[in-house]
Order: sequence, then structure tokens, then C-alpha cells
Amino acid sequence: MRGYLGVDVGSVSTNVVLIDEQERVLETLYIRTQGQPVKAIQKGLEFIRDKISTDVEIGGLGTTGSGRHLSSVILGADSVKNEITAHAVAASKLVPGVQTVLEIGGQDSKIIILRNGVVADFAMNTVCAAGTGSFLDQQAARLNLPIEEFGPTALKSTTPVRIAGRCSVFAESDMIHKQQMGHNLSDILAGLCEAMVRNYLNNVGKGKEILGPVIFQGGVAANVGIKRAFEKSLGLEVIIPEHFNVMGAVGAAVLAKEEVTKTGTTKFKGFKVADADFKAASFECSDCPNLCEVIEMSEAEKIIARWNDKCGKWSNAVAHRKKIS
Amino acid sequence: MKVTFPHMGYMYICLKALFNYLDIEVVVPPMPSKRTLSLGTQHSPEFACLPLKINMGNFMEAYEKGADTIVMAGGVGPCRFGYYAQVQREILKDIGINMKMVVLEPPQKHISELLIKVRELTGSKSWFDVVRAIRFAFNKACAVDEVDRIVHKIRPREIETGAVDLVLAEAIKWIDEAQNKKQLDEVLKQAKNELASIEVDYSRRPIRIGIVGEIYVILEPFVNLNVEKHLGRMGVEVERSIYLSEWINDHLFMGLLKMKGNKSARELAPPYVNHFVGGHGQETIGSTVKYGKEKYDGVIQLMPFGCMPEIVAESILPTVSREIGIPTFSLILDEHSGDAGVITRLEAFVDLLARKKEINDETKDAEGAFICADI
Repeated sequence: MRGYLGVDVGSVSTNVVLIDEQERVLETLYIRTQGQPVKAIQKGLEFIRDKISTDVEIGGLGTTGSGRHLSSVILGADSVKNEITAHAVAASKLVPGVQTVLEIGGQDSKIIILRNGVVADFAMNTVCAAGTGSFLDQQAARLNLPIEEFGPTALKSTTPVRIAGRCSVFAESDMIHKQQMGHNLSDILAGLCEAMVRNYLNNVGKGKEILGPVIFQGGVAANVGIKRAFEKSLGLEVIIPEHFNVMGAVGAAVLAKEEVTKTGTTKFKGFKVADADFKAASFECSDCPNLCEVIEMSEAEKIIARWNDKCGKWSNAVAHRKKIS
Repeated sequence: MKVTFPHMGYMYICLKALFNYLDIEVVVPPMPSKRTLSLGTQHSPEFACLPLKINMGNFMEAYEKGADTIVMAGGVGPCRFGYYAQVQREILKDIGINMKMVVLEPPQKHISELLIKVRELTGSKSWFDVVRAIRFAFNKACAVDEVDRIVHKIRPREIETGAVDLVLAEAIKWIDEAQNKKQLDEVLKQAKNELASIEVDYSRRPIRIGIVGEIYVILEPFVNLNVEKHLGRMGVEVERSIYLSEWINDHLFMGLLKMKGNKSARELAPPYVNHFVGGHGQETIGSTVKYGKEKYDGVIQLMPFGCMPEIVAESILPTVSREIGIPTFSLILDEHSGDAGVITRLEAFVDLLARKKEINDETKDAEGAFICADI
């Protein structure tokens, strides 16, 4: 049997997914990146290797997420795609006919508008990270509430309080103020959910035509409080797909499958990568005042990639970008 | 007197030529770098837009190299740019940098207003020489723009990634070094030959994107994180709404020369924007309409964070996009020097356009419609 791997290396989590030739999801893995993407990728690969039977042959591998170039260097990827495209592809595969994708992750949030199965428009938060998963994490920790109970607690609310959602610093002081006035916890949490949704729709969803079916994915989709706030605000049913937290990886796997159909062979280096010895080193290039910190990745003492230089002097020797059109 | 000026893309080539022609000693500030940005942000009001900060950095770095006089452009209207020179002069004074500042305001009535300012710098040189110097500088701007236009066409079609940029860097150097019109003509010809000899794939039909927005961030690659290059390497043919030579003609020569200028773009702006909103707000909308009519695949708006005219344009763009039927994308630029986030967004936008084009092509093919090869 032939399987395809999708790897999504994000700021908070690293996700690995295995799909079969009918694009059904066989295995999923969601682990924390913890600032060590290389280790997380190797750990993910090891997990898949141990899970699958020996007759599964990996036909292709795709990467996405902010660490997509790093992971493609390490693993050997057939497709390297940005997370917006990957999320859109996964959404339209798993929920046919979807017209709007709401995605809130750890550090970013985006909205994707699809029409006839194709991305028609998208937006991503730009200068402010208010209203992403990290902020909810922080607030739950401050209230000494496990993040898993955040949503169910918010659902118990009957009269959500109004909280300023424009800026996370203001939101926090507003929450403390309401809490000291004596509002109960579930009303405050529900108010926070509504503030977040309001902020998201005003900033990220600004000017976009939101039509159903609407799906909600990314790590924050686990929070039923946010889901209900979206439904209340949009007046539409919000669907949470089964694999909501690994959708990027699913998209990457689907894209890899499409790419391999075109090229015929895979660039995947094989599961041996999980045990290989990767070393990242960096040096400061002092040839101009930009003083770029160039990163150098080596596998078994051999340099396989360099990046992070502005002029391309160091990276050009190794990288070859593919033309999209 | 050692004259310096702020950077804006390849403008240094023209200004250097102008002053050299008039035997005025000139100090070109080092190309904008992270150091320029750090110096600039350290000594600028936090809420000022990015161009002011980079300018400040340029002045300070030029001062270190011995410059004592700054030539700065002025401006009018709701955009904050008109006030830059005054603010910058005060800041420089406060931090103990003693430099004279000559502000070239756009002529209100007659080009002679500009010439009087130029006179302040040129001293005893004859008017004849001054006019000739301006003409030579303008020729250089046209040469740079001509090379840029060719690069936009061939970068998405190059076989070996980076080949075009190597030649481009050389060509710019040659143009910069040309001493007179004859040499300039020669090096331009040579540059065109070199560009023509690059191996390209003409069967490729790239996506075409129009770049609109605020002039400084369009023209200065350090600030826009090299969007044109990144897009080109992704396989996109870019066209920009404004070129250096056109800007000089529009703003300093009052459109005396008959060439494409911002007037045509402004005429297309109604009914979306009916009057001047400052900066290039009106042109942004007008150019988007133009690219829509010319069947471009998409439009990218570039703006510095907090730019009022472009914020006006940004809020109108969705309506234009819907009515004209052209996808648009706004990219806000500020101090961030990491380009990963920008590349992600550009890639996603290009993907969107590529998919759309594929589907359109399929339906056209199916109907047996005539498909024009675009080269």
C-alpha cells in the first residue's frame, strides 16, 4: 500500500499526518515544537515509522507551516507550500463545498474564502497577535483553569459580560476589572470568547463575504466557547472537522500526492532521517552592514542547506525555488 | 560643500549624475541596511511612517562619511511627507548634527521655482549647464527604468534562478558609472544585449500582477523586502504603477514631457475616489482599475504602516476588486526585517491566482476560444 506524509511545522506545534491513496487520514500526530523544530520533526517521523505496518510504502511527502523550508531540507519534500494554501486544500477535501474557513492557531489567525473549491480571497493577521491561541492559554493559566475546561465553562454562561477585545493587554485589564466587580467566571470567559470573535471578524475578516458552510479549524477550534461565539455572531452553523488541529499537515500530504502524480518519483529521504545526525550552526556574515545571521544545516558533517541571508550569496548555492505559475 | 540625499531605490544614480555633472561633490549614503533602520528608528518619532525613519538613517550615515548639505524633496497635501524635511532638520539639530538642508518643493506654478532651488546648490554654474545636468540625470532614470521593465518580463521566465539578478546588478553599476550621454547609450545597449542573452523559457505564460501603492515602498527594495524579486522568482511577471522617471516628470517637471504619468491613473479612479486624497491614494485605485481592464491576474498594494492616503485606498479596494473582478492583496510594511511572513502571504496570493488562471484556461480551452500568447 502507498501512503503520503504531510508535515506541518508551526510555531507552537508540529503535526504529522499519513494519508492513503484515497486521501483518507490514517495516522495523525500533534506534538509541541518547543523551540526545537528539528527534534520535533524527527520525533514525528519516528512515531509514524513505529505505527505503520511494513507493507506501507511512502509515496511522497509535503511540508507546510513556518518551518516548511527547514523541514523540506531535512526530510526531502515533494511539495513545500505555505499554510494558507495547505489549509484551504485540506478543508475542501474533507468538507466538500466549504465556502469559508476560519482558522485560529497559536500565533496567527487567518480567514480563507473559497468559491467552487478554489481560494478566492484570504487574510491573515498582520501587526497584532491579539486573539490567538497563546492569549487564551495565558488567560486560562492566570485563572488557574486547565485550557480543556475553558470552553465548557464558557458555555455555562447566561449573560456574557462585555470585554474589550481590540488589544490583549486591554482585554486582560478589562477582565480583571469585571472579575473584581463580582461577575462570575463563566460569564467572563464567555465575554472573552465573544470579544475574540468580534476582534477576529473586524480585523481578519474585514470586508469578506462569509457564506456557509463555514468550518473552523486550528488548535483553538477545540474551544467550544469560541465555536458558540462564532455561531452567535455569524448566525450560521460552524462545522469543526474531525482533524481540525492537523489540517495543515493533511493539506501538505494531499499536495505532495498531487505533485508526485506529476513527477513520478518522490524526493523523500526515507525513515532513516529520524536517526540521522543534524546540526544547525550559524555565523554572522560581515560583508555588508546588514550583518545577516546565516544558518547552516549539516547532516553527518556535510552542509545541506544555508539560509537567512539577504543577498542570497550563501543560500543560492543550495536552494532552488520552484516557479508557481 | 558635500551634498547628500535620502535613498529611494535607484534614485541615487540620477542625483549622483546630476551633481557630478555640475562639479558638486556628492556623498551617496550607504545602501539602506539594518544599521540604517536602527539609527533611523532610534532618532525618529515612533508614530512616523517608515520612509521618514529610513531617511534619517541615510542622513546620519552620510554625515559620518563627511556630507554637510542635504537635498530633500518636499511635498504638499494631506500626506505627512510634506513635513518630513522640517521634522528631520529639527531632529538633526537636536542630536548635534550640523547639516544644511535644501528642500526641493514641487513647483506650484512654474518649473522655474524648482530651478531657483537648484541654483542655491549650483552657485555660479550657467543655466545652460544646469538644464543639461538635469537632462542627463533624467536620461539615467529612463535607462534604469528601461532595464527594470525588461527584468520584470524575463525574471519569471529565467531557466536558472538568479541569472537575471546577476546581470541586473551589473547593468545598474554600468549605468551609474556612465559619464556622459554617449557612454550611457552604450552601456544601456550592452545591458540590453546581456539581458537578451539570458536563457529563458518563452513558452511559460506567467501570472501577471500589478504593483500599486505608495511610491517610496514601491521603489525601495530594502523596505519592501524585495517583493518584485520574490514574485519574479515565484514565476510572476510584475508591472508597477509608477517608475522613477515618471515620478520625476510628474512631480518635478510638472508633466512637461509627454510620457505616461499619473494623470491617466487618476482619471480612472472615479467613481471610487473622486478627488485627491493625498499621496498616491487616488493613483492606487486608478491603477487597480487599469490593471483590471488590462486583464492582469491580480494586484498587490504596498503601503507603509500608518500611511493615511493608502489606508483610504485600502478600504476602497475590496469594492473595486469586486466590481472590476480582479483579486487584490494589501501588504503593510513596517520595521520588520524578517521576510518569512511576507513570503508566506505572497505565495498564498500567487497560489490563489495560479489556481484561478488554471480554471479559466481550462474553460477557455474547452470552448475552443482563442488564447493569446503574451510575448
